[in-house]
Amino acid sequence: MIATDPQMRLLIIEDDRESADYLVKAFREVGYVADLASDGEEGLALAESGDYDVLVVDRMLPKRDGLSLIGALREKGDRTPVLILSALGQVDDRIKGLRAGGDDYLPKPYSFAELLARVEVLSRRHGGPAEETTYRVGDLELDRLSHRVARGKDELTLQPREFRLLEYLMKHAGQVVTRTMLLENVWDYHFDPQTNVIDVHISRLRSKIDKGFERPLLHTIRGAGYMIRDGIR
Amino acid sequence: MTAFGKLIRTTAFRLTLVYLFLFALFAASLLGYFAWNTRRLITEQITSTVNAETGEISDIYARRGLRGLVFTIENRALRPGANLYLVTTPTGQAIAGNVGSLAAGVMGSSGWSETFYRRLDDQDTVTHRALVRVTELPSGFRLLIGRDLEERRRLFGIVAQAAQWSLLIVVVLGLGGGIFVARRVLRRIDAMTGTTQRIMAGDLSGRLPVGRSGDELDRLAENLNAMLERIEALMVGLKEVSDNIAHDLKTPLTRLRNRAEEALARSGSEQEYRTALERTIEESDGLIRTFNALLMIARAESGQARDNMDNFDAAEVANGIHELYEPLAEDDDMTLRVKTSFAPLHGNRELISQALANLVENAIKYGKPVPAAQPLGADATAPSREILIEARRVGDQVLLSVTDHGPGIPEADRGHAVGRFVRLEASRTLPGSGLGLSLASAVATLHGGDLRLGDAHPGLCATLAIPARSGVSDRVVAAQTQDVPQKVA
Repeated sequence: MIATDPQMRLLIIEDDRESADYLVKAFREVGYVADLASDGEEGLALAESGDYDVLVVDRMLPKRDGLSLIGALREKGDRTPVLILSALGQVDDRIKGLRAGGDDYLPKPYSFAELLARVEVLSRRHGGPAEETTYRVGDLELDRLSHRVARGKDELTLQPREFRLLEYLMKHAGQVVTRTMLLENVWDYHFDPQTNVIDVHISRLRSKIDKGFERPLLHTIRGAGYMIRDGIR
Repeated sequence: MTAFGKLIRTTAFRLTLVYLFLFALFAASLLGYFAWNTRRLITEQITSTVNAETGEISDIYARRGLRGLVFTIENRALRPGANLYLVTTPTGQAIAGNVGSLAAGVMGSSGWSETFYRRLDDQDTVTHRALVRVTELPSGFRLLIGRDLEERRRLFGIVAQAAQWSLLIVVVLGLGGGIFVARRVLRRIDAMTGTTQRIMAGDLSGRLPVGRSGDELDRLAENLNAMLERIEALMVGLKEVSDNIAHDLKTPLTRLRNRAEEALARSGSEQEYRTALERTIEESDGLIRTFNALLMIARAESGQARDNMDNFDAAEVANGIHELYEPLAEDDDMTLRVKTSFAPLHGNRELISQALANLVENAIKYGKPVPAAQPLGADATAPSREILIEARRVGDQVLLSVTDHGPGIPEADRGHAVGRFVRLEASRTLPGSGLGLSLASAVATLHGGDLRLGDAHPGLCATLAIPARSGVSDRVVAAQTQDVPQKVA
């Protein structure tokens, strides 16, 4: 799928053997170093000793549950990004998970593409560059302070929401961004629309930034979401 | 337990016994007090008349000597009545009076005493009681004046008898009343117990009998009936849901399985496998969505989502949803408009957003005008392809409505359109889970409001009517409303 930094280290704490094995295998295939812990105590010990970029933690674990594990880590000053996986997918559970110190929350069942996209974003945030005032992808430039967007020499006029959509995509340039991530981060909704609302917003944005230009920047990644990047790798 | 055992164990009967005891005690002490006081009064009266007479006779003796005394005594002793007189010599010999015999020693000591006596003119040998005063006259003669106590005794007897009878009446009436009340209560409780047992056995349609008196048992029965009504509705809902889940989830699952089986059997090209797998994922995504919607509805209906309530303006929610869906509507050649004024709410913003989003999705999906419904003729205007989202406060309610100009929902169908998995005939061909309106309705109920489906002539006007946040004054409303028009979509 997407080539990632081969040094990326991931710890998966999940007690269900089958889904754990599937995750480890899938992450290794896209180039991650993925370790596995099958209960809360083992997970905490590994997370403390190893140097991981992202932790993927199941909420319900034997010996020590996911939220208390995260709490223990945070108490010791460990800021490693944590993605919580949970069968409890409702809004209040999500809020509880984030309050406990999680950085993202993904309800089961999830698609691997969604999980991968979120893990990538988390790891980039962890070690990546600080918030910049100007994002650049190819000849597309977005100034976060003056709210100016330009492609080459052409100034583009975007609606406020289109601006925020583009801002989010460019902040995660080169990474897959899923529809749910967009709905959560750009619109702050956590429900699941039955229709393709996000696609329509994307196609509007696309018509503004890509129409009439030779090299498209906003790409649809099939079965996963969208990505903004310069050229096709 | 025997019927009688049950009867005497009732609260009503036990209370009766307690009251019975209290009333008997009250009656007894009342009569006792009356008897004692009467007795005292009679005694006082006797004492004072005897004292007066003693004085009077001592006076006669002093003035007229023994002869006068004897004459007066003999004279008075002959009068009928309860008066006793006796004069004795210093040696104790009777010289005048109407007393035949006395208890020994009475004449020996001066002062008051109660004694047995017999009158001289008594034929029988019965002795009577009397209260007497013995006085020693200056010459050593002794004078006895007294009154018979028969009257006092008779009165006491009457009171004692009255006490017996009243006690008897109190006990009989009390016991009878207690048994009557207890049996009445017991009959009604038995009827209730019977009904509850029937209900526990599985007949949820049973209701407790409610009498006409409106007493505490009736009120209890009414409340229990209301509770049973709710339980029955929930159970029916639950059964409906499980039936629907069985149907609406098993169907796609079967499809899923069939497709996988088919792909496996027809070992085709990689491309074929790929297509089959992609469709499998699509199908399971649909299933997950349905599941999530069901869970969300269950959660809203059970009231669990109450934890995440805060204060917000429904106008913002309407504007947000408009902003999200406007391009989608436009793609479908429809116009989505929004009209809002300040509408303060206390609730779960996420759920209300989702409920409104569902209504808008429905309007986009089903709200396209029906060409045939438009009148043909000169002034035939183009069918309106407009959908209007409105948020406003009316009185103490916030109304969030979505109005389209499609075929609408026939009045007869509106009631059950809200049910889970209900897909009206007109919409069966379009994709959807049939849960949109159910969720919107559940969210409205969670917030103490309801979902109203109305006619937009033509079209559907779906309104979430939710109680407004109290404590926000109208002045604030006016001030905030003025700010709204500046908002750029």
